[in-house]
Amino acid sequence: MSQKQYWSGLEDLNKINSHTEVEGNEFKEELPFDLSDSLFGATTPRRDFLKFLGFSTLAATLVASCEMPVRRAIPYAIKPEDIVPGVPNYYASTFADGSEYCAVVIKTRDGRPIKVEGNELSSVTRGGTSARVQASVLNLYDKARIRHPYGDNAEVTFASADRAIMEGIGAKPGYLVTASVLSPTTKDVIAQFLAKFPAVKHIVYDAISYSGMLQANEACYGKRTLPTYHFDKAKTVVSLDADFLGTWLSPVEFAKGYSKGRKISAKEIKLSRHYQVEATHTITGGAADHRATCRPSEIGKVAVALYNAVASGTQPSLSSKNLNQLITKAAADLKAGNGMVVSGSNDVNVQMVVNAINDKIGANGITVNWTTTSNYKQGIDKDMAALVAAMEANEVGSLFLHGVNPVYDYYDNKKFTSALAKVPLTVSFAERMDETAQKCKYVVPDHNYLESWGDAEPKANYFSLMQPGIAPLFKTRAMQDSLLLWAGATQSYADFWKDYWMKKTGSQENFDKALQDGVIEPAGEMAIGGATFSGNIGDAVSKIQAQPAAGKDVIELVVYQKIAIGHGGAWSNNPWLLEMPDPITRATWDNYVCVSPSHAKKLDAELTGFSEVDSKKRVVTVKGANGYSVKMPVIVVPGMHNDVVAIAVGYGRDKKVGRAAASDETKGGKNAYPFLSYNGQNIENHSAVTITKTEEKYDVALTQTHSSYEARPVVHEYTLEEFTKDPNVLLKERGKEIAEFSTLPWIEEGKESKEPIVDTATEEGYRVNGTLYPNYPYEGVKWGMSIDLNSCTGCGACVVGCMAENNISVVGKDHVLKMHEMHWIRIDRYFSGMADEPDSIQTIFQPMLCQHCDNAPCENVCPVSATNHSSEGLNQMAYNRCIGTKYCANNCPYKVRHFNWMDWNGADCIDDNIYEDGRRDDINDDLTRMVLNPDVTVRSRGVMEKCTFCVQRLQEAKLAAKKEGHPMHDGAAKTACQQACPSDAITFGNVKDPSSKIYNLRKHEQMERTFYVLEHIHTLPNVNYLARIRNTEELDALNENKNEFLKYHI
Amino acid sequence: MCLRSVFALFIVIFSGNISAIAAPDGKALFMSNCAACHNPLKDATGPALKGIRSGFPDKEWGYKWVHNSASLIAAGDPTAVAIYTKFNKTAMTAFPQLSNEEIDAILEYADKYVAPVAAAPAGGGEEAAEAHGWLYTVITLALLVLVIILWRSNSGMKRIANEKEGIPNEKEIPIYRSKLTIAIFAIVIFILAGYWLVNGAINEGRQQNYQPLQPLFYSHKVHAGINQVNCLYCHAGAEKSRQAMIPSANVCMNCHKQINSYSGAAEHPLVNAEGKHVDGTAEIQKLYKYAGWDAANKKYILKANGEIDATPIKWAKIHNLPDHVYFNHSQHVKVGQVQCQKCHGPVQEMDEVYQFSALSMGWCINCHRQTEVKFTENNYYKIFEKYQDELKSGKRTGVTEAEMGGLECQKCHY
Repeated sequence: MSQKQYWSGLEDLNKINSHTEVEGNEFKEELPFDLSDSLFGATTPRRDFLKFLGFSTLAATLVASCEMPVRRAIPYAIKPEDIVPGVPNYYASTFADGSEYCAVVIKTRDGRPIKVEGNELSSVTRGGTSARVQASVLNLYDKARIRHPYGDNAEVTFASADRAIMEGIGAKPGYLVTASVLSPTTKDVIAQFLAKFPAVKHIVYDAISYSGMLQANEACYGKRTLPTYHFDKAKTVVSLDADFLGTWLSPVEFAKGYSKGRKISAKEIKLSRHYQVEATHTITGGAADHRATCRPSEIGKVAVALYNAVASGTQPSLSSKNLNQLITKAAADLKAGNGMVVSGSNDVNVQMVVNAINDKIGANGITVNWTTTSNYKQGIDKDMAALVAAMEANEVGSLFLHGVNPVYDYYDNKKFTSALAKVPLTVSFAERMDETAQKCKYVVPDHNYLESWGDAEPKANYFSLMQPGIAPLFKTRAMQDSLLLWAGATQSYADFWKDYWMKKTGSQENFDKALQDGVIEPAGEMAIGGATFSGNIGDAVSKIQAQPAAGKDVIELVVYQKIAIGHGGAWSNNPWLLEMPDPITRATWDNYVCVSPSHAKKLDAELTGFSEVDSKKRVVTVKGANGYSVKMPVIVVPGMHNDVVAIAVGYGRDKKVGRAAASDETKGGKNAYPFLSYNGQNIENHSAVTITKTEEKYDVALTQTHSSYEARPVVHEYTLEEFTKDPNVLLKERGKEIAEFSTLPWIEEGKESKEPIVDTATEEGYRVNGTLYPNYPYEGVKWGMSIDLNSCTGCGACVVGCMAENNISVVGKDHVLKMHEMHWIRIDRYFSGMADEPDSIQTIFQPMLCQHCDNAPCENVCPVSATNHSSEGLNQMAYNRCIGTKYCANNCPYKVRHFNWMDWNGADCIDDNIYEDGRRDDINDDLTRMVLNPDVTVRSRGVMEKCTFCVQRLQEAKLAAKKEGHPMHDGAAKTACQQACPSDAITFGNVKDPSSKIYNLRKHEQMERTFYVLEHIHTLPNVNYLARIRNTEELDALNENKNEFLKYHI
Repeated sequence: MCLRSVFALFIVIFSGNISAIAAPDGKALFMSNCAACHNPLKDATGPALKGIRSGFPDKEWGYKWVHNSASLIAAGDPTAVAIYTKFNKTAMTAFPQLSNEEIDAILEYADKYVAPVAAAPAGGGEEAAEAHGWLYTVITLALLVLVIILWRSNSGMKRIANEKEGIPNEKEIPIYRSKLTIAIFAIVIFILAGYWLVNGAINEGRQQNYQPLQPLFYSHKVHAGINQVNCLYCHAGAEKSRQAMIPSANVCMNCHKQINSYSGAAEHPLVNAEGKHVDGTAEIQKLYKYAGWDAANKKYILKANGEIDATPIKWAKIHNLPDHVYFNHSQHVKVGQVQCQKCHGPVQEMDEVYQFSALSMGWCINCHRQTEVKFTENNYYKIFEKYQDELKSGKRTGVTEAEMGGLECQKCHY
């Protein structure tokens, strides 16, 4: 174990009694819980028990004597040629949610999409996905989707809506408002529409605005566009409040590149260095080597300080010593070359300074690419402000809204709502009755992206095609079709699209190939080029310097996006995403006010807030400058700036958005968008607020404390310095733990060596001699997984990917509170540092899943052998044999087993036994159930379940190899989590195959960083981890009171 | 043992695998390759084959035509083009795999073919099953009675002897009230009831011999048995997918566009499970309805949107596995080379299919224990070095599915 002290949360750090208690208890409440109260609380429990016994025996007899129902096997009437029932088809397509982009492959089974994977042929996203991309397939089957067009909130036909809309457009100025448009054909369609109706203008509105960056780039380089960032080429990354691994711009793309710079092995010791300055605590901050916090309003000054340090070597004089130190170090590293600075600020001046720094350090053309530019964001805030003003002044005759929801997500949504009422013709293309669609005269619903033809140009000359995986489920119509129709075109969008790409690709053959690949890209490496900087940097710096510093007592609020929910939209109603724990707060189903520990003390929240064991959180009132106020619970997040609070967007939705999203006083969170501020040019994500505490409490379902190792060390972390000095440092630590047991106690030979180091022989010796059980010789195939803690960013794509692949149940907030969540893979978060010093906090993520132990504690205690070991090293779980004793979960040291406490999904043999809580229920709708993977059993109540290593995929890969008559190729079998991972943190394969990647990783390449969690208890896991190497001088960084701290906490 | 050889016989007959037989079997070849489109006596999709050789320009031409008719047509051969035009420009499937001898054998068979005469119903062939069981029962019962009589008289004599000698006799308890009897009786009842209960519970949900009435009387015997249509022709998924796949109606129509009546009623009258006579021709008409086929005009009935107006046939599902069982046909048929009949029984003998096997876990496991995988034939197994070595050294003769992990839970349950 490294010298560093980790704590999973403040309750762990402070050793709160209730936490210690929970640690010892496997299950949160006394058994049995709720439903059985009626039985055991009865006045004559014995008699009632006998009655129940008699009744159930009788019922069982009756049920057993019933006739078997006649089941039907219904083949196709006319079988489509390319579908073989039971064999999946894959279609390359494009995920696009407004400006969010990912090249994907849709897996369809018997004509319905059931899974979305990344498309490895794309050189933009390179096969990576995000949690939202993984969850997007559930949106297709969302019960809240609009099923037909609406006019004045009543069902109408397309024909009648079309007629009314075409007549209504008129000569008065009209506006088509869309989110950023990545699709070249859609741009053409819009042009046709605008040509037909010259009074109509097109403006782009992005709920999460990057307008400041676009304008800064225009001012500095003469192009209103975004560059491509090559994180893989950067040796030094400085991020000023940009959460580029989580939510900033194109996280999947950045995570892929970034993780390349974070790969390190003892053979090749080199590592990029990442500095992060931020106001809140993001996963990007967790990945950083050096981290310091500042107020969001100070980020401009930090940028200027960095600029000055880089340009003239000026010593920074910022509000904190840590910031100054960080800036000095960062400037020195940036000057060494291959650096890159990014900023999440939406202030034009800040972005101009960032551009100037990148220019000064020569990043343009190396890490910042101005030749192949990005199209992700196109919205300019001023356009939208002008539109709202025009609407208010009764100057707008028609308004068309696609992919936007300003009534919910505009900073001044009240103003927009009242202005909207003044527009005579309002048309929404929304796919659900969102807040804006409800207020529109006509709703002409668009398809889901899995039902659509389309395309995208995420970067200049990098195209990606979209093809449907299923015919439209409802009476919906592509937005482009509607526009073409209204423009009087006779061609459908699908034909228009095909003509366009046939022309572009040149031949049917090329077109077919492009459609099959899903992408059309220039050959070779991506073209990289710089640009000449011509911005007025002096002006930008003086404007920033002129901004008044925030007063000492002012609390600033940051409006941020959660990794799972993003900007809101359809994601707010996605139960998979709602139940995915946030990587930092580990909270599900709600939004809340994030505050730092010392701020929480002021709010008197420590009693409840500090301890994640206690779900009842102090409620506070947050009041913005514009008078908007909300009452929300407080979650304490170490690592937040002490004068900053943060609230996530995407919550507080209207009930028509869907049952899972619907919010009221008791559930669903609050809308944070009205806390955004407008500086006359750009919408900024922070504003000053006042916070007052109330006496109320509110339950927040946190998962952090649900699985505890009772303070056993599970992560290993070293500084680059330590690791460079002695690459064997981890092998020695492991040696101390296991070398002693690698030989039999009565054999003295080899025992006297001074410092035991783990090598292959020690590992093998420990395997055989460390136990009384006989050693099983594995033959042929043995599965193993390796997870690189240096690459893992904690983004959660694996968690949702696993849910989609393995039919994992959503349990709802009430049961998350009871620790009943079912995720087979979770991402544990550990802090180190001092709670009161946000800059000292270092965060590490560790994905935890069934370790498939070869000497598994769970297997030995199962009374019915429902869990046992396979000859391929899998810890198998036979659901139909499980009788639900839960002994296995008790005995599992990794806490990865999950029990089906309730009938979550109707797989139970008893009808109408399904658990309902009002929010999660739509997941069991007949429509939603189409998402289930037919190759995986839907588990019923009363059985234990856990990660299977995606055994259905392993079996499929073996079968494919057998059919072709060759040994399985390395990489033929991929687990869902591995495939979903955007940072390639997970390696999986056959450890018996010396040519496999996993074999080489463990035995050669990464031998020095390989460790097994809780290795000393001889569970022999088949999952190994690679130790985290932080490119920093000391692990409890920037901390002069370190010794004091250690005295109390170790 | 006997059963197994019957199986083997079925398999040989059914699969049409004639490679084991020296001379090409014209009938078998005809049935497996040609019968879908050709009738020996009358024109179907393709021409009648009896005497067709007389129309060939020469022998070689015939081989060329069979091997690849399209190339002949493309080359503009007049005879070829004439045939092609006559039969609605439907190109004949190419059979490059047929050797010249085999083609000869097929045509020979067609030439010699005579229409079957209605066969007289077979009778008198029934072999009276001679069971000797009853004899043993009678003897056993007689001996039991003898034992009881002897025991009774023995104990009676003992009592008399005791009386004579003045030893007091125990009070006689009738046998049905003896505690021992009651105890034994109770235990036996308990064991029997338990056995019955457990057996009943285990068999709960199993449907061996299940033979439901189907919406359409489809005789596997007529198709797979008498006409020797290969199983995989209709159940094409068996080699590719976990599901063997029930064919859609358009697959039926590949042959039934031509075959619009059941002409084998005399030879093989169709009788359903309830003993009622079934009119095969009427069933074909039912099929036409499902398939959307206009038999009078010989074309498909189209819906307004141009699609064929077909409705799927709602077959009653016979082989039902529980939801938590994963079974993959291709794994068994393609990789394991298991014959269909091994699990489905003599389908070619069944008019209406019934569930032949128990489809219980014990039944699966048993087969996995006994069956050897294609260890040397399939290169996939190269990586199992230990077994490879043992095979080479003669330490073992094969590797069973069980030894490859075929008994492990997560091979079928996940």
